[in-house]
Amino acid sequence: MRPLLPALTLAALIVAGGTRADLIGDAEKGARHFNACTGCHEVGNGAEDRIGPHLNSLFGRRAAAHEGYRYSASMERAGIDGLTWTLETLDAYIANPRALVSKTRMSYRGLKDDQARADLLAFLRQFSDNPANIPEAAPTAIGTDHSVAPEILAIQGDPDYGEYLSSECVSCHRADGSAEGIPSITRWPEQDFVVAMHAYKEKLRPHPVMQMMAGRLSNEEIAALAAYFKDLE
Amino acid sequence: MTLNRRKFIAVGTAAAATLSAPALLADGHGKPRVVVIGGGSGGATAARYIARDNKGEIDVTLVEPTRSYFTCYFSNLYIGGFTDLEDISHTYGTLAAKYGINVVHDWAVDVDRDSKTVSLAGGAVLPYDKLILSPGIDFVEDAVPGWSVTEQNKMPHAYKAGSQSELLKAQIMAMPEGGRFAMVAPPNPYRCPPGPYERISMVAHVLSQVNPTAKILVADPKPKFSKQALFEEGWQRHYSGMIERIGPDFGGENVSVDPEAMTIDIDGMVEQVDVCNVIPAQKAGRIADMAGVTEGNWAPVNAADMSSKMDPDVHVLGDAAAQGDMPKSGFAANSQAKVCAMAVRGALTGSKVFPAKFTNTCWSLIAEDDGVKVGATYEATEEKIAKVDGFISQTGEDAATRKATYEESVGWYSGITTDMFS
Ligand SMILES: Cc1cc2nc3c(=O)[nH]c(=O)nc-3n(C[C@H](O)[C@H](O)[C@H](O)COP(=O)(O)OP(=O)(O)OC[C@H]3O[C@@H](n4cnc5c(N)ncnc54)[C@H](O)[C@@H]3O)c2cc1C
Repeated sequence: MRPLLPALTLAALIVAGGTRADLIGDAEKGARHFNACTGCHEVGNGAEDRIGPHLNSLFGRRAAAHEGYRYSASMERAGIDGLTWTLETLDAYIANPRALVSKTRMSYRGLKDDQARADLLAFLRQFSDNPANIPEAAPTAIGTDHSVAPEILAIQGDPDYGEYLSSECVSCHRADGSAEGIPSITRWPEQDFVVAMHAYKEKLRPHPVMQMMAGRLSNEEIAALAAYFKDLE
Repeated sequence: MTLNRRKFIAVGTAAAATLSAPALLADGHGKPRVVVIGGGSGGATAARYIARDNKGEIDVTLVEPTRSYFTCYFSNLYIGGFTDLEDISHTYGTLAAKYGINVVHDWAVDVDRDSKTVSLAGGAVLPYDKLILSPGIDFVEDAVPGWSVTEQNKMPHAYKAGSQSELLKAQIMAMPEGGRFAMVAPPNPYRCPPGPYERISMVAHVLSQVNPTAKILVADPKPKFSKQALFEEGWQRHYSGMIERIGPDFGGENVSVDPEAMTIDIDGMVEQVDVCNVIPAQKAGRIADMAGVTEGNWAPVNAADMSSKMDPDVHVLGDAAAQGDMPKSGFAANSQAKVCAMAVRGALTGSKVFPAKFTNTCWSLIAEDDGVKVGATYEATEEKIAKVDGFISQTGEDAATRKATYEESVGWYSGITTDMFS
């Protein structure tokens, strides 16, 4: 018995310990957070579109793909680019709607509390497909943390370096800020720019070209670009 | 880390239970004993991993009535003409010879959890320290009015592979020119979410070669199914006009059959058919019920080690388990079996136990060289096995990708069956 104890202790602790993944959040608490959304959204049995679309079968759906609801042009564009509602994209959207969809009609400042957002998403997740029956349905537990760390937002960008880097952006995005076919990126608040670029980098925002471009930019380089474009006249 | 016994027990009852088991076993009766019921995907894997990794420290008995296990995976490909029946059959000789597993070809007919024994149809009584149940599925009685297992020769389910697969294939080959094949698809949850639709694809494939004017009718109680966009795109491309699926919006959930008359009644519309493949609603293999570890149709388990929520010394694997987000698949059963084997060995011998991780990928063949897949990774949470990430084949993929996917599935088949039976 004695010699067995150390090994067993370790084994048992690993099983009993905090190494398990966590569900998205607490759905019951999330139901309470959803009260803040019910002015515009319905979910559950018999839910219908109101000011905002109903949220049944939301997970796994393309943005702006729910028929019969009129979305903003910005949301339509995101859908065409391939934005799909997943745990990560919804988390980013609810945290700060305009980080993901610049001119969304959802007039909501964003829910900054990570736990509250997790609980809300756990609540909403119940009204979409179950992966046991449809394996491709959205996850029900949190994978990796995709939020942009405060250290990244705090990086001071060097606008001169940004100008140099911007040369490849302006092959597509017009430096004069006009937006035809390709959105404008000038005069953006610095933080929005950083958040958006990191969302591409982490493949939260769709669009393969932007994912590729952002993917090879360092945190400092993104900060530099943000500093440059914010003041571009 | 140094913990004395007292501190250790204070850590929690789960940990304490794990600790006390080996002490009892060692005192009681020499080698710890594991009995596995069911030598399919989950059971064969669990028996093999426990026996292989312990080199005789644990006594492993595998109870399985059949001498040849026919995998359900690739049984649709057999119907489609892409593989032979012999190629999906596996025997238990290696498990006995190479790993010293005591393979008993018999039915388990009762489990007494108080005395920790399993009774076999042949009269033997097997004591266990840990029991692993992987009995697969049985059918819910009266799920499809008019159908029962006694009618399975007239209207085969072919949802347990072997003679049923052979029968269904023979019936398809004997269909009159321009005849009709019907399928009654099952409600959720059932084994292999894409299985019925892969079968439709394979039936269509073989009919388009030998009986191209034949028609396929599917009555489906579900509004949606796995890989739906991929299947529907493929049916359109390869079998245009051949397949008609009636979902619940048109009465697909209100179905009865008459095996004598060979008719199927879909919401009052009676159709004469030549072959009728009835896949009824499913539940855990009956022995799980007899062991008293089911709740409703399935046996709830803890995600971290696949132990029953009703008894820490009973583990339930594969289709029979209610575990959370994993689909009922052979891949999933194999994945769960490894987590279970690790936990059982840990509990019985003190070997290392790492956090549970699960994966699954389901390939389906739509037509020759047109393979698709859906896969995901899962982790154990307090409540259930939860999906954390995944992927699925895309519509409109090029032929090379689809061919590569099919080839991948052939490689997977040989890999996973080796991991179970060799
Ligand atoms: C048409 C079809 C296609 C499929 N395709 C795939 C696929 O491509 N990929 C995939 O991963 N999965 C696939 N599956 C699913 C897969 O076959 C099952 O999910 C898997 O076999 C489940 O493993 P299991 O151990 O739970 O049960 P099984 O593999 O069914 O094993 C159960 C065993 O228990 C035995 N048993 C039952 N009761 C008793 C008893 N009382 N005493 C002793 N023994 C008993 C049975 O004889 C059987 O051998 C498919 C299934 C079907 C029907």
